[in-house]
Amino acid sequence: MGKQAVMLGNEAIARGAYEAGVKVSSAYPGTPSTEISENLVQYKDDIYAEWAPNEKVAVEVAIGASVAGVRSMACMKHVGLNVGFDPLNTVSYMGVTGGLMLVVADDPGLYSSQNEQDTRRMARVTGVPVLEPSDSQEAKDFVAKALDISEKFDRPVILRTTTRLAHSQGKVELGERAEKAVIPYERNAAKTVMMPGNAKGRHIEVEKHNLELAEAANTMDINRIEMNDTKIGVITSGIPYLYVKEALPDASVLKLGMVNPLPRKLITEFASHVDKLYIVEELEPVFEEQIKSWGIPCTGKEILTVQGEYSANMLREKIAHETLSAEEPAKVPGRPPILCPGCPHRSTFYVLKKLGIHAAGDIGCYTLGAVPPLGVVDTTICMGASISSLHGMEKARGKDFIKNWVAVIGDSTFLHTGINSLLNMVYNKATGTVMILDNSTTAMTGHQDHAATGFTLQKEPAPALDLEAFCKALGVPNVRVVDAFDIAKLEKTIKEETKREELSVIISKSPCVLLTKGRKPHVTPHPEKCRKCGMCLKPGCPAITKQADGTIAIDDTMCTGCNLCVQLCKFDAIGKAGVSNE
Amino acid sequence: MSNKNIMIVGVGGQGTLLTSRILGGRAINGGYDVKLSEVHGMAQRGGSVVTFVRYGDKVQEPIVEEGCADVLIAFERLEALRYAHFLKKDGVLIANDQRIDPMPVVIGAASYPEHILEDLSKTYKTYVVDAMGEAKKLGNPRVFNLIVLGLASQHMDFSKEDWYRVIESTVPPKTIDINKQAFEAGCRVR
Repeated sequence: MGKQAVMLGNEAIARGAYEAGVKVSSAYPGTPSTEISENLVQYKDDIYAEWAPNEKVAVEVAIGASVAGVRSMACMKHVGLNVGFDPLNTVSYMGVTGGLMLVVADDPGLYSSQNEQDTRRMARVTGVPVLEPSDSQEAKDFVAKALDISEKFDRPVILRTTTRLAHSQGKVELGERAEKAVIPYERNAAKTVMMPGNAKGRHIEVEKHNLELAEAANTMDINRIEMNDTKIGVITSGIPYLYVKEALPDASVLKLGMVNPLPRKLITEFASHVDKLYIVEELEPVFEEQIKSWGIPCTGKEILTVQGEYSANMLREKIAHETLSAEEPAKVPGRPPILCPGCPHRSTFYVLKKLGIHAAGDIGCYTLGAVPPLGVVDTTICMGASISSLHGMEKARGKDFIKNWVAVIGDSTFLHTGINSLLNMVYNKATGTVMILDNSTTAMTGHQDHAATGFTLQKEPAPALDLEAFCKALGVPNVRVVDAFDIAKLEKTIKEETKREELSVIISKSPCVLLTKGRKPHVTPHPEKCRKCGMCLKPGCPAITKQADGTIAIDDTMCTGCNLCVQLCKFDAIGKAGVSNE
Repeated sequence: MSNKNIMIVGVGGQGTLLTSRILGGRAINGGYDVKLSEVHGMAQRGGSVVTFVRYGDKVQEPIVEEGCADVLIAFERLEALRYAHFLKKDGVLIANDQRIDPMPVVIGAASYPEHILEDLSKTYKTYVVDAMGEAKKLGNPRVFNLIVLGLASQHMDFSKEDWYRVIESTVPPKTIDINKQAFEAGCRVR
């Protein structure tokens, strides 16, 4: 037996890439896919891995590496595939030289996403094969299988995971790296220059390869029948396979390792051996629709949901008709995520709230500016949409309509897809105000570097984009930089720039509070001076609580000494952090 | 052996991940099959977080189902109440006696339930520790989670040496001693 380790699904995928001889990886962080790239760092002698500014760039980097003759990959969350979908649709025609794999992580249950789209649907749109592992061991093993299929059938391949797989740990048998020789480059314009005359031929070729692959799927070892009692048969894949094994240990199961294209003969044969056929797939009825279209009766979404995650208990109830004995959950106040104590976004949002300004929002921690007590973010759509949607509002309703609006976007999100939107504002003579909330990191996904932080994925020094100079170079007439915690200056600047009938960018700057480790100073309440006015409670800092007598208490294990509350108190009842009280 | 199902619940940022990894590491060293399921991303920003640890001869799903937990380790009172129905009838609740108000309570839209742990102890075998208070006595409030784990370890079948070995290989090297002291303090809580 080889060496064993316990690995997160994402860690296992990185290991799989190492063992399968991958040489290039590019990605933009996105929960639940981020840890794949972070874990590739340990293999840096063998794999070049990077953070790209967005998924379109990442997919194109991987395509280039494939054309150059090596195994390559790009990693993203499900909505990242939307951004990388343009190159994928065309590389689907081109096919590959070195094996090409996209790892795409879906998020059933929306743990950290704006929608629940199903990557299998996307893959069917573009005719790309998809493999889906069920645990960490398969997550590792399926990388090599995906790349073998990619090279054998001349297809880019998607490895699909979900949050539950990506963020679960399980045992993994480790193997050695199988180094792949670089495939010599030969110009082949008919295959790699996708202009109409060439693409026509490739489309025919691609369909031929897909049919060959669908045929091969019938005998592929990762599509496996586990014959048992034939009263109930289940077709499933990925994490739901584990729920089936847990809840229906006696059922016969067809476990699909390749979820696109489907093995029609194998499914037809399996269906013929069982009395009642169930399809257990999280999210969209992708298997079910195809299987029903072949005239095979089966039950799926009539009894199981398209929303959220499944569980063994759900299958016990819906398929085995068991009565579950668990207690009813208690009715308790919810605990939604909040901005951390000391978060610079809280300070910016406090000022926007005070001024009665609406914010067109974006994707990042600052989406939390939508919830009480701050409640200033009015829209959240997708990466970069804050800036472009504000522009649309102005063009719809005129410049007076957006006098009390700003767009808010983080530094990493701005670099991802906000740049195009800002360029559009410059070009089309917008007068809006864009606030870049620059906390010097990609915070929400766990603090990844980007093109303006000065470091690479491997933490090596890199050129850092100067956001202020960049906005000026784009042609933005007014660019202001303000310390996010200087609320007086922030208020003055926002008032001036929203009033101005010209495009403005305000960079509200302060590093993410979680970037600095170790103990931080804390503020000190002086209850004897407190007039119980509640000003310090307005920004909703979780370290401050109102006590029964109306004065406040500050949790010094949570307080980071940002001094926002100190600035708000008119009665000196909160002592500044890091200053002696005497 | 039949699978052991453990849940660790708390507030994002309290260190549930580290605790579950120590627990998982311990189960692996014990030669068991093991699966852990964690929460990353947005929920870690002060939201309600839950991690699952399952070990035994063969573990399928990585989550613990409602009504199936042997041990529920709660780092905060309200979170103990939120997830108590995951416990088996004879399950054990290990609770840190700490209150962290969620935003609906802070802004007055909801009230924080009273007597949570007293009420839960009528239904479940419940062990309570003021881990934050104990950790402050040790001079480092951050290690409170190891005190809770120490208390929980009294209800699991591993020796103290086994625990120490996995703590040494999981926590940052500079904090090994203080974390071991905290675990030891938790083992003494009755």
